[in-house]
Amino acid sequence: MPEEIEDETLREIAASSVTAAVRDLCIEANTRLPQDHLSALRRALADEESPLGREVIERLLENAEVARERCIAFCQDTGYAVFFVEVGSEVRISGGEIGPAIDEGVRRGYEEGYLRKSIIRSPIDRTNTGDNTPAVVYYEPVPGEGLKLTMLVKGAGCDNMSALKMLTPAEGLPAMKRFVVETIERAGPNASPPLTVGVGIGGPFEKAAMLAKRALTRPSGEPNQDPELAVLERELLDEINATGIGPAGYGGTQTALAVHIESFPTHIAAFPVAVNLDCHSHRTASAEL
Amino acid sequence: MSPAPIRLEAPLSKEEIEPLRSGDVVRLNGVIYIARDAAHARMKGAIEAGEPLPLDPEGNIVYYSGPAPARPGFALGPAGPTTASRMDPYAPLLIERGLRGMIGKGLRSGTVISSMREHGCVYFGAVEGTAALLADRVKEAEVIAYEDLGTESVHRLFVEEFPVVVVNDLYGGDLYREGKERWSGFRKFPS
Repeated sequence: MPEEIEDETLREIAASSVTAAVRDLCIEANTRLPQDHLSALRRALADEESPLGREVIERLLENAEVARERCIAFCQDTGYAVFFVEVGSEVRISGGEIGPAIDEGVRRGYEEGYLRKSIIRSPIDRTNTGDNTPAVVYYEPVPGEGLKLTMLVKGAGCDNMSALKMLTPAEGLPAMKRFVVETIERAGPNASPPLTVGVGIGGPFEKAAMLAKRALTRPSGEPNQDPELAVLERELLDEINATGIGPAGYGGTQTALAVHIESFPTHIAAFPVAVNLDCHSHRTASAEL
Repeated sequence: MSPAPIRLEAPLSKEEIEPLRSGDVVRLNGVIYIARDAAHARMKGAIEAGEPLPLDPEGNIVYYSGPAPARPGFALGPAGPTTASRMDPYAPLLIERGLRGMIGKGLRSGTVISSMREHGCVYFGAVEGTAALLADRVKEAEVIAYEDLGTESVHRLFVEEFPVVVVNDLYGGDLYREGKERWSGFRKFPS
C-alpha cells in the first residue's frame, strides 16, 4: 500500500498544538503591536510636521505601551480573526481537522484574552456568534514539513473604507494611482490614520482583493522585491501623505506609514486594483509549528 | 513637541467651554458618561414618553464608546471612541437639554453642529484605537442604566487626564476640515 508508506514520511502535528498556537496568536496580536510597526510609528513621530499630528502619534505609542504592560487589547474592536496558513506538503494534522482546531483557538484566545466578540452570524441575521468565530482562513500549500500561521486582526472601521475597481488597460497605471489616493481621501478620518495600505493588482476580481489583504501582513515598510513596484510604493506613499489628512484625520503629513503592493499576472483585457486599508492599530503576528 | 494641553474639570459650565477652539488639546478630569447607539435610542424613547433620563445632560459630557470586557482589577475594559455620526439623529435632543460636550471620532452632521453652536456644546475627538490608554485614564466606572444592553449600557466614569482634542467649537471651527486644508499638498522634498 504505497499510501501508507507515504504516510509514515509525513510529519504529524497535533490539532491541539494548532489550537494552542492560535489562542496565543489572538492574544499576542491584540495586545502587542509588532516591533516593525512600532518603529514605523516612531519614524512617523519624528517626521510629522503638524504639532497635533505628533500629539496623536504620541498617544498611539503610549497606548501600545499600556496595552503591552497590562496585556489588554489596545483597540476595543478586536476584529475579524484572519489567518494565512502555509501548510507543508509533508504535514499531517492528527487528532482532528485543522479548520475546527483554528476556530477552537480563536474561541479560547478571545475568551481568555478578554477580547471583544464582534462576529455576527450573517449580514442579515445579525446575531453575535458569541466567541468571535468563525475565523477567516486562507490556506496555501507549500513544500516541506512546516506549518506557518500568520494572523491579521482586522477591525471593521478601516476594512469598511476599502475598495476594489476593475480598471481598463487603457486607463492603466495613472488610474491605478488615482484610485488608491481617492480611496484614502474618501476614508478621511474614518479609517483611523496613519494607515497601512495594502494594494493588490492583477488576477481576476477576487485575487486582487486577496493580494491586498495579504500585503498587509508584510513587515511594515519592507519594500516589494520587484524594484519597479518598490518605486511605485514610495510614490504612492508620498501622494497619500500629501493629502494632508494626517494622524486621526486632524491634519498632518503622516497619513500612511507604508504602502505594500502585491501583483499577480492578469488578463489581456484587465487591470484589477484592490485597496485594503488597515488602521494605526496594525495587528499581525505569526507562529511556526 | 506636541501642544500644551488645557485641563478641564467636568461637569462644565458654558463659560468654561467658550475659550475652546478647534485643535486645542484638552485633558478631561471628573465625571463623564458612556452612551452609544442603543442607549441613545432608549433616551429618545424616554424623552418622547416624558420619562426621566438616566443622566441629566446639563453641563455633562457623553462619550461614545463600547468597552471590551474588563480584566479583573480594572475599572473598565479597553474603551476607545466609536463613530459619532451614528449618534447624530439623537444628539440634538441632549444638546437642547444642556449637554456640554460629546467625545467620539469622525465627522458630525450640519444639524448637530448648528445645535451645538446654538445651545453651547463642543465635540471632542479621542484618538480612535487608543482604547487601552483611554481605559487607563478611567479611575472608576459604574453602570447606571440599561444594564441589559451590555457593552452599550450607560456608564458613569470618573476620569483623570483623559486625552481629547477639540474638533468642533462654538464658532464654526472644524478640525477635520482645517487640519486637512492646512497640510494638504505638503511635501518635505518637493519634486
